[in-house]
Amino acid sequence: MTTDAVQEKIKEIEGRLEKVEANRSNLTLVLFSGDFDKAMAAFIIANGALAMGKEVTIFVTFWGLDVIKKPSMTGAGKNFLEKMVTMMRPKGTAHLPTSKMNFAGIGPKLFHYMMGKKNITTLQNLVDTSIEFGVKIVACQMSMDVMGIKREDLIDGIEFGGVAAFLGSSFNSTTSLFI
Amino acid sequence: MAKTTLDFKGLSCPMPIMKLAAAVKKGASGDLFEVVSDDAGFEPDIIAWAKETGHPMSKITKVGKDITVTITKK
Repeated sequence: MTTDAVQEKIKEIEGRLEKVEANRSNLTLVLFSGDFDKAMAAFIIANGALAMGKEVTIFVTFWGLDVIKKPSMTGAGKNFLEKMVTMMRPKGTAHLPTSKMNFAGIGPKLFHYMMGKKNITTLQNLVDTSIEFGVKIVACQMSMDVMGIKREDLIDGIEFGGVAAFLGSSFNSTTSLFI
Repeated sequence: MAKTTLDFKGLSCPMPIMKLAAAVKKGASGDLFEVVSDDAGFEPDIIAWAKETGHPMSKITKVGKDITVTITKK
């Protein structure tokens, strides 16, 4: 090999190494579930990664959208079925069901009480803190369309995208989780 | 080189790590952060956090439930 070829090879390997090291810093979550307990897990992991200096993307789809709805969301300007879905689903972190022991809404109240007594932070606080720390939340446009959710129905400061937005982020992450 | 004492007693996961990260972010290189936590999961958490972020960590001291450690911002 000539010196130039060796130099060229080193440059190429350095470039690849840089890419590998940069990729280490990413975490991608899919928040599919709108269950309170699963959303808690998602945002605790997201906050932990942010505290460790990582870049975090949460792709929010289907029932997960309930978590990032504005509580003030209404059925105005939606068709009949969309209005029904809007009425029947929780809006924001306060009224999410639990995946187990929901007992028609009594379960979450019990959990909130028990968590409050043990001074465990609220889901809303975890969402707010993650935004403060620069989490990237991407709402799935397709599932928003299905359920008649408009951009202004969701919390501010988020982005909108499709499967490629998730995959683009996931391919650059060492950790991707589906919750 | 400022020294800050952070009392995280009564806080649960992930708040001690979140609040420490926020404080360290605001500080300057060489600043010291003495952290006290009584969260039973704090010891493995702080070890993993320091290792991942690269901020040097002192020896951990334990008195009763309280876990104390000093972080130096790199």
